[in-house]
Amino acid sequence: MMKIVHYINQFFANVGGEEMAHIPAEVREGIVGPGLAFQQAFKDEAEIVATIVCGDSYFNENMDEAKKTIIEMVKKYNPDLFIAGPAFNAGRYGVACGTIAKAVKDELNIPVLTGMYVENPGADMFKNNIYIVSTKNSAAGMRDAVKKMAPLALKLGKGEKIGASSEEGYIPNGVRVNFYEKERGSKRAVKMLLAKLSGKEFQTEFPMPDFDRVTANPAVKDITKAKIALVTSGGIVPKGNPDHIESSSASKYGKYDIDGVTDLTEETYETAHGGYDPVYANQDPDRVLPVDIMREFEKEGKIGSLHRYFYTTVGNGTAVKSAKAFAEKYAKELKADGVDAVILTST
Amino acid sequence: MKLELGYIFIKDIQFSDVSKVENGTLYVNKEEVKALILEDQNFKKADVELAKPGESVRIMPVKDVIEPRVKVEGPGGIFPGMINKVETVGSGKTNVLKGAAVLTTGKIVGFQEGIIDMTGPGADYTPFSKLNNLVLVCEPIDSLKQHEHEKALRFAGYKVALYLGALAKNLTPDEVEVFETPTLVEGLKMYPGLPRVAYVFMLQSQGLLHDTYVYGVDAKQSLTTMIYPTEVMDGAIVSGNCVSACDKNTTYHHLNNPIIHDLFAEHGKTLNFVGVIITNENVYLADKERSSYWSAKLVEFLGVDGVIVSEEGFGNPDTDLIMNCKKIEAKGIKTVLVTDEYAGRDGTSQSLADADASANAVVSAGNANEVIELPPMEKLIGHVKVADVIAGGFDGSLHKDGSITAELQVITGATNEMGFNKLSAR
Amino acid sequence: MVKEIERAGIPVVHMCTIVPISLTVGANRIVPTIAIPHPLGNPSLSLEEERDIRRKLLTRALKALETEVTEQTVFEK
Repeated sequence: MMKIVHYINQFFANVGGEEMAHIPAEVREGIVGPGLAFQQAFKDEAEIVATIVCGDSYFNENMDEAKKTIIEMVKKYNPDLFIAGPAFNAGRYGVACGTIAKAVKDELNIPVLTGMYVENPGADMFKNNIYIVSTKNSAAGMRDAVKKMAPLALKLGKGEKIGASSEEGYIPNGVRVNFYEKERGSKRAVKMLLAKLSGKEFQTEFPMPDFDRVTANPAVKDITKAKIALVTSGGIVPKGNPDHIESSSASKYGKYDIDGVTDLTEETYETAHGGYDPVYANQDPDRVLPVDIMREFEKEGKIGSLHRYFYTTVGNGTAVKSAKAFAEKYAKELKADGVDAVILTST
Repeated sequence: MKLELGYIFIKDIQFSDVSKVENGTLYVNKEEVKALILEDQNFKKADVELAKPGESVRIMPVKDVIEPRVKVEGPGGIFPGMINKVETVGSGKTNVLKGAAVLTTGKIVGFQEGIIDMTGPGADYTPFSKLNNLVLVCEPIDSLKQHEHEKALRFAGYKVALYLGALAKNLTPDEVEVFETPTLVEGLKMYPGLPRVAYVFMLQSQGLLHDTYVYGVDAKQSLTTMIYPTEVMDGAIVSGNCVSACDKNTTYHHLNNPIIHDLFAEHGKTLNFVGVIITNENVYLADKERSSYWSAKLVEFLGVDGVIVSEEGFGNPDTDLIMNCKKIEAKGIKTVLVTDEYAGRDGTSQSLADADASANAVVSAGNANEVIELPPMEKLIGHVKVADVIAGGFDGSLHKDGSITAELQVITGATNEMGFNKLSAR
Repeated sequence: MVKEIERAGIPVVHMCTIVPISLTVGANRIVPTIAIPHPLGNPSLSLEEERDIRRKLLTRALKALETEVTEQTVFEK
């Protein structure tokens, strides 16, 4: 029977949420959490022999060490396949799943599989290195994810030929694979045109190479005269979150006046971000949005001035499209307000 | 313009004393066909073979595939400007021997003809494995130059196809399909609520035996122009192409252009099919610019909302495809492109030679570089040694047992860019 | 978001912990920071030490803004 080692984070292992994201990797015999659904899908064809649990923050902040430890753990079980996640739209979990799966594949030379939402940063980072099944954007999509991941996992484990991304359900990985569609190309072309004409969603069968790179603007000539604005995706907001910016998958951004504010304190500001441990940011919001030092620079003449407003949103689980739309809007305002440069902080 | 296509379904093909069609079987007098070919003094020897679906037969190198058709009513004849006189075709009635084809073979350029397997994995990739084929094996005289050989073979194919087509002239079709394109003015009034759609049909015209003919005119010498879709069904456009087999449009493809058929199928239901613009793929940048500006201009002039653009071939024609797309999209008219891919044997290379962000709706007919294995066949028609030099084959493609390892490119019609097949890639 | 600001014609520096994401996203000027929950601070240090770190990182960010770049650049120093 095929042997599988499974990697999950602290949340899916039921250890805890953000407050436990710092725990280092540990190995448990057998099945933990989502492994149960996988095991049921595998029936008698495969067995999850061990589950590795690791905190997301721990992994991302101690990447080299975490990788080394986990590879040693996996090695001991001599598995036929390594599965990580699925991570859905959890950014750090996705990056962890991608990083560790790639490391296991490269160093132990066994097939690996993970799953995540297509907009998870981990997807873009690793889709060309490992098979990443495209999942929904939250854990509510677990059943669907297992349904797609389990058959692909068995195929990978057995060393069978892997079909095209659209057949197997993995995120396109830059390797073009032939397969038979249900309808001939001309029919698909007519349907695609009708969808495009009526403004409905359609999927090109060959995405053009990614051109979405923006050339850097010229450097600021004299920073001591420049008006600089602060922007953050770390979700810093006035205490009480007056605009109710969502802690995840934000649908809006905030613009707040910091005229006369020289220091962000626990009493006046907090974070609305739901994706990372908020304690440190709440204790001292300057750790995310450094108003204190910027004011100091302003006073010392190191910069011209700090822009009167800062812009904030929550990066966690927010669709790239909406983040883009927010930024398009406020970037125009910044330009109109004569801002010379922006410092954007992310968590 | 209105055309009725009458289909006579052919389920078998046999040699016989008298050429005729009876109960779905096409009977062919071999000697008459041979004599027809040898009318041309450029051939010193001719042979005729049969290849039916499911038989263990490999045909190579295949130059063209032609469907037998005949004009029953209406002006002109099939293949106007080539065999018949230049008269506008596309109206009246035409009968078709559906399920039969004439295949021409010959070593013209050597590396630019294709393979058709009648069974096995290779057969899945080509639509012609499903047809009852009459295969012409013609030996040219020794001194014959390549372009003369190409022309002689092209005409041999038309003549035999018309000879077979004539057998259907007085038959009652098993099924009739009607295609009608109104004038621009009538069409405008007919379906006011539906999006107006045209088809931009790119024709291979790079020269050096990469040619397409329209009413007898070499497409590279023509400006972008318009044609009624039913004219194409009567053989107004034919292939003179010796280029990679997988994505050249054979004459059979032209006669049965699937984009035209599928647009007609939706005409009056979800869209208003206005017409066809034919444009070329020349080798000079100025020609490419001129032709693509011209297609965008005609598309605009027709007042359509969207177009489908089909490419033929690959490499520098990718630039023509992208130019057409960019210039048409720039006028606010939506495009869908149909192409195939050359993503390398491992599928990781850049698929097209050119690209643009406006090409956001593309139908892929598959990766022509994918390596396939073709098992040996019991019978071979043609010249098997060509496997090593055919486009998509490589040194060592042909193995001792007769099997072939080669890129998908070698198979005639495998990644056709009119979207004739179901093959795709992701 | 970084790209949209850049697109609007304003030079921008991205201060973040997971640099590879920033590279994937397409930022041109990148300054690596301390940790995800506290990019510009470190709770295990004294308040003054923390402000020192923040000062150093922001000075680096200003330097990045004053530097011409032609490709994605990570300002490690």
